[in-house]
Amino acid sequence: MEALWIILCGSLIAISCGLLGSFLVLRKMAMVGDAISHAVLPGIVLAYLFSGSRGSIPMLIGAAALGVLTTIIIELFYKKAKLQIDASIGITFTWLFAIGIILISLFAGQVDLDQDCVLYGEIAYVPLDLLYWGDLNLGPRTLWVASAMLLLILLIVIRGYKGLFLTTFNQEYASALGISVGFWHYLLMSSVSLTTVISFESVGAILVVAFLIVPPATAYLLSNQLKHMLWLTVLFAVLSSIGGYFLAVLINGSIAGAMATVSGVLFCLVWGYTIIQKKKMMIEY
Amino acid sequence: MNSTLEFLSFSDPNVRFVVIGTMILGATAAMVGTFSFLRKRALVGDAIAHSILPGVCLSFLISGEKDPLWLILGAIISGWVSLLMIDGISRTTKLKNDTAIGIVLSVFFGAGILLMTMIQHSGNAAQAGLDKFLFGKAASLTQDDIMVFSGIGIALIVIVLALYKEFKLVSFNPDYAKVIGLPVKFLEFLLATITILAVAVGIQAVGVVLMAALLITPASGARYWTDRLGKMIIIASLFGAVSGFIGSYISYIAPSMPTGPWVVMALSVLAIGSIWFAPKRGVFSKLKLSWQNRDKILTENILKLFYHLGEDEGDFEKPRSFKQLLTSERFKELELTKGLKMLKKNNLLRKKGETWFITRSGFKEASRIVRLHRLWELYLNQRLKLEPDHVHNDAEAIEHIITPEIESLLEKELDRPTIDPHRSKIPYPTE
Repeated sequence: MEALWIILCGSLIAISCGLLGSFLVLRKMAMVGDAISHAVLPGIVLAYLFSGSRGSIPMLIGAAALGVLTTIIIELFYKKAKLQIDASIGITFTWLFAIGIILISLFAGQVDLDQDCVLYGEIAYVPLDLLYWGDLNLGPRTLWVASAMLLLILLIVIRGYKGLFLTTFNQEYASALGISVGFWHYLLMSSVSLTTVISFESVGAILVVAFLIVPPATAYLLSNQLKHMLWLTVLFAVLSSIGGYFLAVLINGSIAGAMATVSGVLFCLVWGYTIIQKKKMMIEY
Repeated sequence: MNSTLEFLSFSDPNVRFVVIGTMILGATAAMVGTFSFLRKRALVGDAIAHSILPGVCLSFLISGEKDPLWLILGAIISGWVSLLMIDGISRTTKLKNDTAIGIVLSVFFGAGILLMTMIQHSGNAAQAGLDKFLFGKAASLTQDDIMVFSGIGIALIVIVLALYKEFKLVSFNPDYAKVIGLPVKFLEFLLATITILAVAVGIQAVGVVLMAALLITPASGARYWTDRLGKMIIIASLFGAVSGFIGSYISYIAPSMPTGPWVVMALSVLAIGSIWFAPKRGVFSKLKLSWQNRDKILTENILKLFYHLGEDEGDFEKPRSFKQLLTSERFKELELTKGLKMLKKNNLLRKKGETWFITRSGFKEASRIVRLHRLWELYLNQRLKLEPDHVHNDAEAIEHIITPEIESLLEKELDRPTIDPHRSKIPYPTE
């Protein structure tokens, strides 16, 4: 049963991240996603500090707002100060991450967060934190949170498909049609930060990035259409979660780390496949 | 206060190791990072830092001990593999470079975490402390660590000094470097290797995530102080060393505070401060310059208005009311008030009761601007064959910029003309 809960939670988180990450990859913003996932740390620490618990919704939103603020700071450096984009991203997220670690050390007694958890989360503890309705066991709390998050993201991706699609592939055309490029940009950014914050305790700050980027990138190699890419992303996300769980059990290591590793292995397989295909085509030609 | 004195006296050997160690690390990482920054590879440094973890774990698994040299060797190998992967992915697939960096960074790090937790769970006693690679252990540096750091630090400095010119060329203009026969591939390999070395060493002080800051942040800040590579490297290294000092000081007086994040905090404050406040290149200096330009254009336009009004009525010295000035041109009320005040301060206009009139030096300045305007119109008309009704807007912008040198060139080129394309007189200073 425990295995099932963990795989299910891992898959739900991986699917949510993958769907959003597809748009990040297509918009050439993969590293912005990386930066957001690091930069929400101080927000999460402050949220723990003020609410004393993990579940409070206003605090989650507050922490996610910090992710959006990150993108604004990056743009400020890039556009106002004319600092090159890679350096703008690098300075911003390391600075905010450092603040986060300092806050953790400062309030070590009050905040139930340790540094290792920040890096790779504790998905193995998911089955231990159960939700009850009276006496009725409803299953792990994380499962409910992750499902709600996935529903929200599905809603955004399905209802906003046209807006996301057009602003991703052709911004000029989108704004000519009267679609607000800024609105979809910030909707995507705030969804990414919210997802990062929610996934945080399960998989940590850095492995979220693996879920955000690797399955979509793998899917992108195999598809020329956004819809195909999104379905393939879901497939690779689920495969990484299942494979990762069993790999972790096999060698007795971190489950989240193993999931990232498996997603990387899948990427390499697909990468190799595309190279062989290309060679074949060259020979036939 | 006592603890500050204790810290500064360096009487405690541990303090000495920590301070010297973090300063060396900060300075060498900043020096190497300057090249990464200039080659727009700031985030590659981040990827290397994350990718080193599996190499360290594997070399521990193979050698079975925590010998720093073995671990660094493992780090270099996996750093190299990660670079090759990033390069390979962006070369052979349609994925963009930043996606390639993201993939390699997160997957290598995930694999590193997997190996590290596996080693921890295996109960091998020698593994204790391996996780210091994650967050650094600046506060517990030992003499052995310092020896390794300084050895590598000196090696890096020697390499950079010896190949300074070559590295400079490869960073700024790799195509030219290739043309003049430099071994560009080899130099890039060398640059990558010294970056990996600096990361492998620095990671032990500040950890995986913050290592990128040690490379990029000092260079980004230094960029706002100078345009010269040599100076930039020196300033960046200074930032690195000073931040190393501040970080170790803070964790000395407040032992619960981690050194690495405070080093990064100090670096960020220095860099962000430079980006906003550095003279000439900082954001505020640039803003100030653009404000000054705006004021210059405003006051020159007001003077020009006085000239035009005087020219129309044949009386340059006639006093003008605020209302007349406001309605004759497209000034805003606040703008005009501000401009008049500045002109009065510079003694170009004088106020009498509620009316304004132009002083002698003000008139001289006004006719200079009108002269530039009309010379330029004539130039466009005669030499570029633009119609007379197309030249005004262009002249309106350029009249504020033309220097006395260009003015005399224009005058010579056009044979000191007296009439502009609109048949207005071009005013010259009376001898």
